[in-house]
Amino acid sequence: MQFIKPDINIDFVGKRIIAFSVSLSMILISIASLVIHKGPKYGIDFAGGTLIQVKFDKPVSVNQIKSGLSVMNLGKSSVQRFGEKSDDEYLIHIDRSGVTSEGYSAKLQTALKTSTGVNATVRRVEIVGPKVGKDLRGKALFAMFYALLFIAIYISGRFEFKWVLSGVMAGVLMGAVYLLSIFDVSVPILIVAALVVTLVLFWVMDLKYAMGAIVALIHDVTITVGLFSIFNKEFTLPVIAALLTIIGYSLNDTIIVFDRIRENLRKYQKNPLEIIINRSVNETLSRTLLTSGTTLVVVLSLFVLGGGIIHDFAFAMLVGIVVGTYSSIYVASPILLAWQARGKK
Amino acid sequence: MTNLSWRALGVFGVIVVAIIYVLPTIKPSFWPHKKINLGLDLQGGMHLTLEVDTEKAVEGTIERINQEMRSSIKEEHIRFISLNRVQGNQLVIKLKGQKNIDAFDKLLDKDFRNLRILSRNTEGDVLTLHMDLPVKETEQIEKLATDQALETIRNRIDQFGVSEPDIRLQGEKQILIQLPGIKDTKRAIALIGKTALLEFKLVDETHDLDAALKGNIPPGSEILYGVKEDPTTHRMYKTPYLLKKRTLLTGAHLTDARVQIDSQYNEPYVSIDFDKKGGRDFERITGENVKKRLAIVLDNKVYSAPVIQEKIAGGKARITGHFTTEEARDLAIALRAGALPAPVNILEERTVGPSLGTDSIRKGLMSMIVGGILVVLFMVVYYKGSGLIADFALMLNILLIAAGLAGFQATLTLPGIAGIILTIGMAVDTNVLIFERIREEMHIGKTPRAAVDAGYDRATLTVLDANVTTLIAALVLFQFGTGPIKGFAVTLSLGVIASLFTGLILTRIIFDYYLIKRKVKSLSI
Repeated sequence: MQFIKPDINIDFVGKRIIAFSVSLSMILISIASLVIHKGPKYGIDFAGGTLIQVKFDKPVSVNQIKSGLSVMNLGKSSVQRFGEKSDDEYLIHIDRSGVTSEGYSAKLQTALKTSTGVNATVRRVEIVGPKVGKDLRGKALFAMFYALLFIAIYISGRFEFKWVLSGVMAGVLMGAVYLLSIFDVSVPILIVAALVVTLVLFWVMDLKYAMGAIVALIHDVTITVGLFSIFNKEFTLPVIAALLTIIGYSLNDTIIVFDRIRENLRKYQKNPLEIIINRSVNETLSRTLLTSGTTLVVVLSLFVLGGGIIHDFAFAMLVGIVVGTYSSIYVASPILLAWQARGKK
Repeated sequence: MTNLSWRALGVFGVIVVAIIYVLPTIKPSFWPHKKINLGLDLQGGMHLTLEVDTEKAVEGTIERINQEMRSSIKEEHIRFISLNRVQGNQLVIKLKGQKNIDAFDKLLDKDFRNLRILSRNTEGDVLTLHMDLPVKETEQIEKLATDQALETIRNRIDQFGVSEPDIRLQGEKQILIQLPGIKDTKRAIALIGKTALLEFKLVDETHDLDAALKGNIPPGSEILYGVKEDPTTHRMYKTPYLLKKRTLLTGAHLTDARVQIDSQYNEPYVSIDFDKKGGRDFERITGENVKKRLAIVLDNKVYSAPVIQEKIAGGKARITGHFTTEEARDLAIALRAGALPAPVNILEERTVGPSLGTDSIRKGLMSMIVGGILVVLFMVVYYKGSGLIADFALMLNILLIAAGLAGFQATLTLPGIAGIILTIGMAVDTNVLIFERIREEMHIGKTPRAAVDAGYDRATLTVLDANVTTLIAALVLFQFGTGPIKGFAVTLSLGVIASLFTGLILTRIIFDYYLIKRKVKSLSI
């Protein structure tokens, strides 16, 4: 059985202007959404606060729960449904942390039982103090930063087979980061700075494959983060884990395509780059779609059946895989072409 | 033996070892090795992050020096204007007259050499001296306080009875506590967080309590409260006490604390035994203060203040205070394990009920099975015979991850299950890459054997690359992640390594076996 015939020849490269505009507008929308929402919406892992998961024996209304909460005098809180409708499960979000040790869940259980008239069970309580929230935020950002750093170093060595250059790269990057850390800049700025340094270095050292790969990577992560912002979803530790996995995984397809381009460049030296790239993308199309497809299937099953706790993680992975597959076809390879155009001028 | 047989034998060995590691998880009686650990999010339990308020330990030390200095000054008959602890960890003394100043300097050199002089000002014949502890000493006190707090909490939890608790230091002064399967979280937090500083102080009966309550607290005295809860209305009643600040005796000299039942009121109380020094001190204190009231203070709360009827010998005392049996039991545990050297603050608390854990396992396994079956079916339909080989590799892949979890004694969490699910998708990636390449090679007219050789050779580098980048992400995550996320990093890393093994080595052997040994001429792919 075969979905995609070996002699397939879709003009991907020809459509690159359309693809670029689509990507660019997606990225702009993502950034706009982040600006409008004043940065990413942090979950309690990062912002601190209290999260309580309550299961009721029978259906209740959100207002009933809220009136029960107001009796407890907990400060600013929000209630949202959790998981399937038939579960009668709710997440209560309280901005304040540190209401602990007062036998809090027992009291809450009683208060909710009185206000709703239905038996309530507290199934999960997470209380994160502001200090831990800040710690975790720092750790998550550093994780993102180091993942990007190591991968940038790896691909600059791997794609170009210039490990000396990649060593130089690593040195310059580390130096830049060290310099910045002396001035005590915040981690997001550090990440942006490291990315800019990386891009400039790739440009200066003429590492076009690495450039394509890293641009595709930034593209994927930005759009995933943007979608989270647009849907007003919260950033939690599992979502960060998903983002890191996407950073690793989205390169997967890009590597496959790039390896083929290099192979074809040797094989058909006379053909123009545009044809070779399009041919390579077509030749690997079946693999690209199948590998992404199988991963998508399992992540989809996790998204549908995995339950509320893992839901956002699965969502981030879904978006990341789809966008990552798209970018390896429409973003990474055309950048090689753009690069060549630069060289001719 | 041929090269192929050796390779097959190696793979067989790996499979056998994997089975040995996984067996105990399936049937514990089969094999004495340990089972796969489940994380708190899967088995239910409580995760706590505490911070030891080490500054309080430093302040305590300064306060002790303050008291010592006071009594030394009195012994040497030095007259001073004031001696106070300011800003938490500084001592300020004011002395008048050259004679007093000289005598104090001598005392400072003799008995308080560890103090650092911050500033020395003389105005007229009045000397003001600021002192504190050197940084090195402060750091040592802080470190000691953290270590001691860790040890004390460990003792308390051991006595409380939690199976397989995990208590460890994180950073400089944070303590991480994992209590799997614990149900009464309120009680556990109360027990762990209790400072349990037991102090005996005299009631100040020479001054008026009412005047003190209005703000006129005599120097050297303080107001502390006794708290009582009405058992029927749950209302709290506070009773103020005017106590002498000086602590006569602390719980540091305890040897034992037990719950006993008062035969008269049928109420539990905690009886305490002092060690030799404590017993002697207690005998002396009670002997010197007959007919006075001695307050028993625990964590700055007055539990009782009985009148000393006579000198008490034998080193025994009792703490009463209308306890429930559980409260009395936990207090006894806390006293036995010793006081915390400094108070602890709860920074983070995560509790998962056991039913939610079971739910998570069920849902996680469900999505794993459904996703797995879909992928397995797809591979067979799309690649036929070769798909079967890939499916076999997939099963083995999961077995290897499980063996890795058991072998490294890693913890399986809900994100960890997600990691395994993700691996199922990625493991077939490897096979898809290779199979597609083989198809391409056959398409240009190569024989099955040549196509398989070329397919594996050419795809290997790509496969390695694709997995290395995921592995980089997983390792970074392992380094920075906490709790459940670490579980994800572990299964993802194990999955990547396992899929490299099954995809590049295992399936190759099976292909080679068919093509070389069985001389199969056509390839079902």
